[in-house]
Amino acid sequence: MGRGALGTVFQDGEFIIRQGDQGNCMYVVQRGEVEVIQHSDSGEQHLAYLKPGDFFGEMAVFEKEARSASVKAVGESMVLKVDKKTLLRRITEDPLLAFSLLQVMSHRIRDLDELVSHFRSGTD
Amino acid sequence: MASTQQSYVGEAFSATGGDDRSGISLEDGSRVAVVGGGPAGSFFSYFLLKMAGTIDLDVTVDIFDPRSFSNCGPAGCNHCGGIVSETLIQILAAEGINLPRSVVQRGIESYVVHMDVGSVAIESLSGEMRIAALYRGNGPREGGEPPREGGESPWESFDGYLQNMTKDMGAKVVRQLITGVDWRDGYPWLQFADHSETRYDLIAVASGVNSNFINMLDAMPVTLKPPRTTRTFICEFKSSEAELLEILGNAVHVFLLAIPRLEFAAIIPKGDFATVVMVGEDLDQELVHEFLNDPVVRDCFPTDSTPCVCSCSPLINLKARSRPYGDRLVMVGDSGVTRLYKDGIGAAFRTAKAAASTAVFQGISEQAFESKFWPACRRINNDNAIGAVMFASTGLFKRFRFLRRIMYSMAAREQQKANRKPHMSSMLWNMFTGSAPYTEILLDAMHPGFIGHFGWNLLNPMRKKVKVKKDE
Repeated sequence: MGRGALGTVFQDGEFIIRQGDQGNCMYVVQRGEVEVIQHSDSGEQHLAYLKPGDFFGEMAVFEKEARSASVKAVGESMVLKVDKKTLLRRITEDPLLAFSLLQVMSHRIRDLDELVSHFRSGTD
Repeated sequence: MASTQQSYVGEAFSATGGDDRSGISLEDGSRVAVVGGGPAGSFFSYFLLKMAGTIDLDVTVDIFDPRSFSNCGPAGCNHCGGIVSETLIQILAAEGINLPRSVVQRGIESYVVHMDVGSVAIESLSGEMRIAALYRGNGPREGGEPPREGGESPWESFDGYLQNMTKDMGAKVVRQLITGVDWRDGYPWLQFADHSETRYDLIAVASGVNSNFINMLDAMPVTLKPPRTTRTFICEFKSSEAELLEILGNAVHVFLLAIPRLEFAAIIPKGDFATVVMVGEDLDQELVHEFLNDPVVRDCFPTDSTPCVCSCSPLINLKARSRPYGDRLVMVGDSGVTRLYKDGIGAAFRTAKAAASTAVFQGISEQAFESKFWPACRRINNDNAIGAVMFASTGLFKRFRFLRRIMYSMAAREQQKANRKPHMSSMLWNMFTGSAPYTEILLDAMHPGFIGHFGWNLLNPMRKKVKVKKDE
């Protein structure tokens, strides 16, 4: 496992983070695929599949709220933890790093806008 | 729409920093030469092109490096221990740069500190493998595994991977040797062996301290006081991956031995090889021989049956240049400022990104680099001053056996008890992995908990001696 491996391995179906938990880090997918799901009164809702290079759990870095969704491995996956302290310290030195993260988060808001628009047009 | 938004972001960044007072800046069609294709050069090129893209600035980047990182041995190597710190691994991941499995020779999960009083394994504080052991080139001379079908190498060079990343961004890698530098009409000109020359708008020097290019800069109209350097020793021992895994595990082995002139040494497992790195003053064959034959080293890594297949004695930067910039000139990585003894690749990343963002958003004059690039270098310099004090204190530990005993017993006890605050382990981890600034390590050393534990361990043997005497 040592060769070529960075991060932690999760087996198929194993939860990496759980909705409602407190978090102090974000994660970057290194290998395999993970699924983002949200639990509500109406059941479990699939939100997205993430691939190598994608990150998740970043909201816990920027706010103190509990995790808004759960993420579990699809097949054997490897994810790298990025500590809140490391990231925020670096952002104070180099604000452009925040810009890189904002670009991805902005892209996600755009996707959500499209999704909301799609649901609205479906209910009209 | 996207383009307009990107331009707005770029203008916003420019506005916060103010325009370059001298008016020298990159414009559409500007040409940038990057001398040296190692991590510093690649990071600079990558971020320059990425940031230029956000404000629709069309610049050309030529990276000059005669080496090909696909060569085995010194011809394709950047002569370095090959450790990427966990801080840099995390930051790279957040930047969207994830090292592929083919580049990482081994994920490191612990550091083992070896002393004459005992050895203690310090597990990763995060509980996961976030330190990468890798090859800067395509592996040692007399490389390990045979190429796969189709001639594909079983591993990929770290420097080569970064260079390919910059090529994907649009940089051009020129395998041409630079024979001279001239300065005419306020512009730098690079001269080549075929007597041709090319004018550039900006030169980024990323050629390290082992290159002849640095000597050519005497022709430049800036005062460039060279950095203070020292020589290191790096050697690759060939074995098999299974055997090295059994002997060394997924751990870097660090040695704190009372050998004069030796600052510290480490053994790093990488695939079929183990890299031995020694840092000290006036390293010579005698010192290398003394280290490899020290009983503590032989106990951990006997080299009788493991041949040394590749070795080098590169220089490393000990003290930064006083001013690694000028009009249309900036020096990144080892050429300018780097971290003392540790995390040279991390320092290359930080200085290269600071230089690239200055060039794109603030300008390329001496004033622009002084106001926006130099603060990033100064932070590293100031931290290095603290680092020098910290390494001087490790000298005391190497000198006095009772201090080594305290260090060993504190770290060993912390590693056995999960609920104990790992003061000593955390300090040793950060000191040897380069994961935290030296300033933070010093603050840890001043923590009342650490001082209390250290004092208790210092006084405890004395109390026992007094008790024994009384009993007698």
